[in-house]
Order: sequence, then structure tokens, then C-alpha cells
Amino acid sequence: MMLKSLALLAAMALGTAASAEEMKMAVTTSFANSGLAEVLLPEIEKDTGITVQLLVVGTGQALTLGAAGDVDAVLVHSRAAEDKWLAEGNGTHRREIMYNDFVIVGPSTDPAGTKTATNATDAFKAIAAAQAPFVSRGDDSGTHKMEQALWKTAGIEPVGDWYRSVGQGMGAALNTAAGMNAYILADRASWLNFGNKADLAIDFQGDPALFNQYAYLPVNPEKYPHVKAELVEKLEDWLVSDKAKGLIEGYKIAGQQLFVFNAQPE
Amino acid sequence: MNDIWQGLAQAARLIVARDADLIEIATLSLQVSLGATLVASLIGLPLGAWLAINRFRVRRVVIATMNALMGLPPVVVGLFVYVLFSRSGPFGVLGLLFTPTAMVIAQVIIITPIVASISHQAIRDLWADYHDLLISLNASRTQRIKALLWDGRRALMTASLAGFGRAIGEVGAIMIVGGNIDHATRVLTTAIALETGKGEFGMALALGFVLIALAVLVNLTVHFLSRTERGSRW
Amino acid sequence: MVSTILPLTVENIALRRRGRRILGPISWQLGGTGITVLMGPNGSGKTSFLRAMHGLERISDGRLHWSAPIDQTRARQSFVFQTPILMRRSVVDCIAYPLLLDGVSRRIARDRAAEAATQVGLAAMLDQPAQLLSGGEKQKLALARALVRGPELLFLDEPCANLDGRSTSDIEKILLAARDAGTRIVMSTHNLGQARRLADDVLFLYVGQLVEFGPASRVLQTPATPEMTAFIKGDLLP
Repeated sequence: MMLKSLALLAAMALGTAASAEEMKMAVTTSFANSGLAEVLLPEIEKDTGITVQLLVVGTGQALTLGAAGDVDAVLVHSRAAEDKWLAEGNGTHRREIMYNDFVIVGPSTDPAGTKTATNATDAFKAIAAAQAPFVSRGDDSGTHKMEQALWKTAGIEPVGDWYRSVGQGMGAALNTAAGMNAYILADRASWLNFGNKADLAIDFQGDPALFNQYAYLPVNPEKYPHVKAELVEKLEDWLVSDKAKGLIEGYKIAGQQLFVFNAQPE
Repeated sequence: MNDIWQGLAQAARLIVARDADLIEIATLSLQVSLGATLVASLIGLPLGAWLAINRFRVRRVVIATMNALMGLPPVVVGLFVYVLFSRSGPFGVLGLLFTPTAMVIAQVIIITPIVASISHQAIRDLWADYHDLLISLNASRTQRIKALLWDGRRALMTASLAGFGRAIGEVGAIMIVGGNIDHATRVLTTAIALETGKGEFGMALALGFVLIALAVLVNLTVHFLSRTERGSRW
Repeated sequence: MVSTILPLTVENIALRRRGRRILGPISWQLGGTGITVLMGPNGSGKTSFLRAMHGLERISDGRLHWSAPIDQTRARQSFVFQTPILMRRSVVDCIAYPLLLDGVSRRIARDRAAEAATQVGLAAMLDQPAQLLSGGEKQKLALARALVRGPELLFLDEPCANLDGRSTSDIEKILLAARDAGTRIVMSTHNLGQARRLADDVLFLYVGQLVEFGPASRVLQTPATPEMTAFIKGDLLP
């Protein structure tokens, strides 16, 4: 009761009444760090009148926020976790929007020789064989899950001094890798936007196994009636529109296209 | 070292250009931390004074608990407030999560023990000093408390400022309950965390310098307004 | 004065600390006029006796009988401590404080405080912080504060213990003036000279007991007890 009245008091003091045209969406760090959000959000607001408030977290936390009803929709990239989340009744459906890809970043001298690998699995095998320092996100994010899948395919249990799990977001993990001159799996957007590259460079890229599918998942309004289902639907329509396709595919950093639009019409 | 100069230069640029985003997040930082300081002072100062003058059975336990709570990790407080105010939590219907109000609540929990502890210590010392005089002058209970609060105002202000200092520099709790949403709940500390994550150390440092400048400015303003540091006065 | 709180009858009072008796039992009557000086070696109970009469100590045995209802006695007496307790305020505000407690308006209280400060020679430092005064000035301030309400009875616990001759002389003048104005004064001192200069009566305490009481002229000239005799001669008492 005390908390409630205090909260009301503070709310009045700060004047933070939520407007009707705001919705909250949890997105992954890699999406936010790409800079694409800053291009899309103003256009969304212009076209639909919706102010999208982004909560930038890892995929694991994004799905948890959705499951608790604290956001209206999530935009993440981890198929298995998404399917499990939907099966638990947390959302209405899954809509694929676009994909980008992961790259293996490492010392420019490439001591493990990943540049000559034929695919991502072989590159990981080379790193493990050389015992070259490798930084793992270790935070249950989509990127971390992708990394774990690659180790599994390679049949390697990554343990030892060379394998450092930092339990942090993409940026912090990249900072760690830059400091240690270590290999790391990163999404291309985060890497291109990263300002502290030090001696790191892309050592391996291009394997379709490294493609990273983003999907839009509305939170189930039957579970949480306060969810702004109408705005969520309007946003989905916009995200799969030709306008969105043009903006997404036209977004470039250092002359490189980052995302490939692949939403299917319903 | 180079990063630091870049940071300073960038901070100067942002301030000179009156960068709209900077003004927005700095203003919210101040609103949230000052709001939390105000609420924490309203609770903590009287609580500290009350604990200093009254003798009761579990007093020692209360004081020890209060001192221990000073070390509460903000992340734990953030998580606690998150669970309470999440839509699936007991106060979920209020819809306060990811609003500045939730950030104020988290910071109030973090800094109230600090404000109460420091004011308790100060008032206790003053009470030990004044005890015989106030009894001798036949001051009533209310008059005694008034005299202690008034004459101890400088120490009480220090208590509040210590709380403010912790609040304005805090990031763990407000990141969780505020969510660092651009144009809604982004404050200086969460913005610094974000820029660091992007590897933009120059920008992160620039925001850090702005934060420090802001904290110093608030302290100077309070001291100036209360004239505590002027000449031989208290 | 309409009614008087004096005489005060002290009936078999005793003080105990951690079960050990540190004072009494003492019976005595405080009445009349003038200055009573409490004498005795360290630890004889002078401070405790003064504090007990003023109501600062919890009395273990015995009683105090005031001539007025108890709720009227507190505001009509005051106490000057050996080490002055000064509030963190200016000189004039320190002296005005007791008047504010009585509900006197701030303006009038400050006027009367300024007057009282002038009487003790602090007129030049009204707005200075009290804590920055010298030792002698601090004690004068405490004295002005104690007198500002026009008390019927004034207790002082070794008011000149740490002061030089000049300050001591100033304070003695103030005390004599207060006595002449009708204030009943009870004070302790170590200093025989001061006792000779000020005392109308002398009360001698030894190991928590009242050993001798009488007019100063008699007690200081021809003490009736061996303890008082030795004390006056300057012998070291066991």
C-alpha cells in the first residue's frame, strides 16, 4: 500500500502517463547495435503513429519479458527457443522478417588458420585445435545459442584456458575479445558498428550455417489483456511491407548490406 | 589516455551544441535521482533521528539491519522491484515497469538505508552533546527533536547528498526496472553502459564527464543555497 | 515573583551507579538567599549532588520537596555546566533559545538575548558562532543563557575550573550581580579563594556525605570537622 501510494506520488511528480500510441518491444542487442532500429523507428512513427519503445536485451531475457507480459512483442533470433516459447502459450504466432549473418572475428594474423576453412564448423575445429583464445557470450543469447550449435556440430566440448565465457552482451564481449586479441562469434552488424576493433578482423564468413533469422512474436493478449494487440498488429503489417523491405535492404554500413528481407506475405 | 581527451572534447562539444538527446537523458537522470533523494530523505531523515533518540527493545537489530542494507547490491534491488512490478507480479496492474517511476522506487530502496544511517549517526552524536542542556532547559520532546534536526541540518544535508550521489551514479537497478528505453527511461548511467557496449569509449567517457559535472553542480547548488560553506557559519 | 519554588528540602537522597552508592544519604534544606558554595575533593559527589537537585540524575533513595508544584520548578531554575554545552548557533541565538522554548516571539527573544549578552560582555560578538568563542567567553555565554529567563535558582558546576584569572573575575562579578538581584545560587568549586570571595554558606562533601554546612565566615575560619580542617589547610585527604 505504502509502495503504491509512493509510486503514484512519484508518477504525478514526473508526469509519466503513458500515451495510447506507445508500445514496448524487446529486441536483441545485435539488432539494436546494428543501428537499423534508428532508421526504422522514426519511419514507423511517421507511417503508423506508433512510438515503439525498445528494450534491448539478450534473446533469453527478451522472451522472459514477453512471457511475463512486460512487453507487447519481441523481435529475436533463436528458432528453438522461439518455438518453445510459443508452445507455452506466451505468444500468438511467429513471423519471419529478415536475416543477417554471423562472422568469426579474430586476430588479423589468424593464428588458428580459419581463413582457409571450408565451412564454419571447420573454422571452429581449427580454433579448438590451435587452442587459440576464444571469447564466448555465455549469456543465453541468440548469438550464444548459435555458437553452441556450431561447437556441437563440430563435436567439440569447448573447455580449457583458451575458452573464456564472459556472460555479457555483444558489445562487452567484443571489448573483451579486443583486449585479449581472441576469436569471437559476432553478428555482422554489431561487428561493423563496433568502435573498438583493435587488432581484430573478420577471419571467416559466408557459410549459410551462419545465417541468423529474425522473427517477430506478438505476446498473447489472451494471457495478458493489457497487451496492445492492435498496435502490435499494425507494427507487424508495417514490418512486412515493401516500405520496410526497401529500408532494411538499403541499410548499409561501410558499403555492406547487413540484412536480407525475407518476410512472406500471409 | 587518448580516449580520455577525446571524451572530454566530445563532452564539451555536446554541451556547447546543447545536444537534444543529452539534455533529455541528463534531465531524466536528475529527475529520477532527485525524486528518489526527496522520497528517501522524507523516510530516512526522520527514521534516523527517531532511532537516535528513542530506546526500544529491538533498536540494535534495526540499526544493524539498516547498516547492512547500505551494502545492498543494486542489481538485487532491481531484480526485486522488477519481480514486484512485472505484469505477472503483485503490483503488475499498476503498469509501472519500464517507467521513471519504477526507477525512482528502486533507487529509494537503495538509498534510504544510507540516508537513515548517516542521519542516525549524526543525530546520535548531536543528541549526546545536547542531552543534558535540553533536559536542563526543560525542552519538551517535540522541542528537542526540532532543535536536533535544525542544528543537525548540515549533517542531514550530507546524508541526503550521499544518497543522491549513490542514486545518480547507479546503473544496475535502473537498467533492469527502467529498461534503458530511448526517449523514455534512458538516463546517463544506462547510456554510458550502452555506449561502452558499442565500443564507443569516447562517447561513453563524454557522458561520464557530464555525469560527474552534474553531480558536482547539484552539490554546489545545495551548499550555495544553504550557505553551509560560507565563512565561519555552519 | 508570585510564588517561590524555595525552600527545597532534600530528604535522605542517595545516588547509585551500577549498584554502588556514589552519593548520600544526604538531608539538607536549600532556602534563604545568597550563594552556597559546595566544596570537597574530587569524587566527593559535588557534581552528582548538583545534578541530582536539578533533576538530571535519577535519585535511588529519598526525595526532593519543592515548595511549588513540580511542573513549575523546572522553568524557574537553571544549570551551568563545567564544560559549557553550546548549541551550533550564533551567540545571540544560543542565549535566545530558552526564551523560544517558553513561546516568546523570535524578535523579542533576540532583543532580550542581546541585552543579556551585553550584560556579560559579549555585545561585540552577537552574530558569531558560539563554538568559536574562547573558553571564558563560552562560559559567559552559558551564564547569560542560564540567567535570561530570570531564574529563581541557579546551579553552577565549577564554572571557572578551566579559566584564567581575568575570566574568573568577570564571571564572579556577574554572579554577585545576580545574587544581589535576588537569584539563589548554588555552585561548586575547588578554589578556596573563590569560596572566600563568593560564599555566604559553605557545604562540605566528603566521600558522598555531607560533612559540614554553615555560614562561610565560620566554616572557612573555624571548621568543625577534621576533614574540612585538613582541606582548608591544603592537606591531601585520603
